[in-house]
Amino acid sequence: MVTDLDKEKLKELKLKANQARQMVIETLAQTGGTGHTAGPLGMADIFTAFYFHMLKHDPQNPDWEDRDRLILSNGHICPIRYVSMAQAGYFPVEELKTLRKINSRLQGHPHRTALPGLETTSGPLGEGLSQGIGIALAGRIDKKDYYTYVLTSDGEHEEGNIWEAAMLAGKEKLNKLIQIIDYNNIQIDGPVSDIMPLEPFRAKYESFNWYVIDVDGNDIEAVVKAVQEAQKVTDKPIILVAHNVPGKGVSFMENDYRWHGKPPTAEEAEKALQELKAEEEKLKNE
Amino acid sequence: MLNPNLKLNEKLFDQDVEVAPTRAGFGTGLLSLGETNPNVVALSADLTESTQVNKFAEKFPERFFELGVAEQNMAAVAAGFAETGKIAFISSYATFSPGKNWETIRTTAVYNEANVKIAGHHSGIMTGPDGATHQATEDIAITRCWPKMHVYVPCDSIEAKKATIASANIKTPVYIRYTRDKTPIITTNETPFKVNKMQTFWVTENPKVTIFATGYMLYYALVAAKELEEEKLPVLVVNAAVIKPIDEEGVLEATRASQSVVTVEDHQVEGGMGSAIAELLAKTTPLPIEFIGLQNTFAESGTPKELVEKYVMGVKDIKEAIKRVIRRKQ
Repeated sequence: MVTDLDKEKLKELKLKANQARQMVIETLAQTGGTGHTAGPLGMADIFTAFYFHMLKHDPQNPDWEDRDRLILSNGHICPIRYVSMAQAGYFPVEELKTLRKINSRLQGHPHRTALPGLETTSGPLGEGLSQGIGIALAGRIDKKDYYTYVLTSDGEHEEGNIWEAAMLAGKEKLNKLIQIIDYNNIQIDGPVSDIMPLEPFRAKYESFNWYVIDVDGNDIEAVVKAVQEAQKVTDKPIILVAHNVPGKGVSFMENDYRWHGKPPTAEEAEKALQELKAEEEKLKNE
Repeated sequence: MLNPNLKLNEKLFDQDVEVAPTRAGFGTGLLSLGETNPNVVALSADLTESTQVNKFAEKFPERFFELGVAEQNMAAVAAGFAETGKIAFISSYATFSPGKNWETIRTTAVYNEANVKIAGHHSGIMTGPDGATHQATEDIAITRCWPKMHVYVPCDSIEAKKATIASANIKTPVYIRYTRDKTPIITTNETPFKVNKMQTFWVTENPKVTIFATGYMLYYALVAAKELEEEKLPVLVVNAAVIKPIDEEGVLEATRASQSVVTVEDHQVEGGMGSAIAELLAKTTPLPIEFIGLQNTFAESGTPKELVEKYVMGVKDIKEAIKRVIRRKQ
């Protein structure tokens, strides 16, 4: 079960998340003009909370059968997953430079069999929740204690497959399945609320027999508390609606949908890193 | 004559030859796997009885999951099961799975190398009165193009049971194609089935043509071969039950003497088993080939017998194709 955060650990995690954002910018700045930026920055706090506090895992033994499963359904935000995994020791930080390049284990969208520690292959949207259900059902058959966490996105909820999965999880009362949706209101063509409004979102999931928790996804302490609350639920699957700021930490990227699907230029990266380093100094002195 | 080494059904050409649907072989094969392998799970999308998963479901309710009419979800849930070490069978009509959920299977099962078995039912015009919406006639094409895929099309219900059981020993995805209607029993329990082999069911001295037939259409090919023998036109008939990985040596060996080919399948001729044979021969020993199957058209409602006749896929049509291909040799 996820334990409480003390002040010292919280400060450590905030610094880790800041460092992760810097690594995301550095990694994306040298891909040669492709990759997604806003989502990874917005999800940095949640990934940090998972890899450095909440997840039961072992980077030296990625196939450990009792590990918690962290599934990334919206595979395009994989730069932040790769960064967190490198920070946690799954592979050398140096390897981040190979993202999206030939002969790399870090595929543009994550490929399970290429890199130990990825639970699934993903990229085409709407499929991760279903895979998480399969993993959670298998855990129930085998009487395992692991949790299955599935990270999804709001734009992804326009896929019918997600709702097929949502119905099934509700029917099966999968209380060890916890979905965290990156509710950042951006997608490629514009704001989600314009492209295809999802509201009333809470009511939709509640009507599918899910337990719904709204949370500020950029507040690590709140995320940990929300997962603790989710782990107390006994008869329903749980969704954390993580209200995230896309592009979080870089002023000119925040809440701008145009940063969904492009990486920074060298100049933009330098400017972003300046901001993030200033934030880092501030955090150290807190 | 029927290959004496394969212990085929001796009553095959009798008027009252025993018949059974290949989907029944899936049902008994899956049940048998359930009994011998605790890792086997089965998923259904509201077609449990029709696709014969019911036997497994009744005996192993804790390992059976009803997902409702949701084939994309079914495919990805199966991939999730496989990621934990389970062997997940998904069963539906082939137009829906692997049709409707093609990309889901591609990403979560095939590219992901997940141990998922796809049972595609109601294949071909043999599906009959339901009409073209439910007659899967492109499923071989859309599965055999996937890297490292296994694609099996059993010729009768006995071979269907064997193919189902054999698929569980493959660690990666397998597609198996089944039919709805009852078709003649060609093999026996003693007939070997291998996942890397095409077997010659009708043997002869000095064959003029080699027929590759897949699924229940093998029966028509064998009847054609028997009639042609009486007409002094000897041919070979190969059971193309394993379309991928294709048995390259077997295909070359079977065509060495005849130097001409007729392919027979209840599927679009574009992209199907015949195409697989043609691709192989084109890069080794190009030979004249005639293709029996749907020719750039969907079919329609009707009885299987009426449809086979209207869409030029029966015994008479196979014999004519053989004569055409012989003319092309000269």
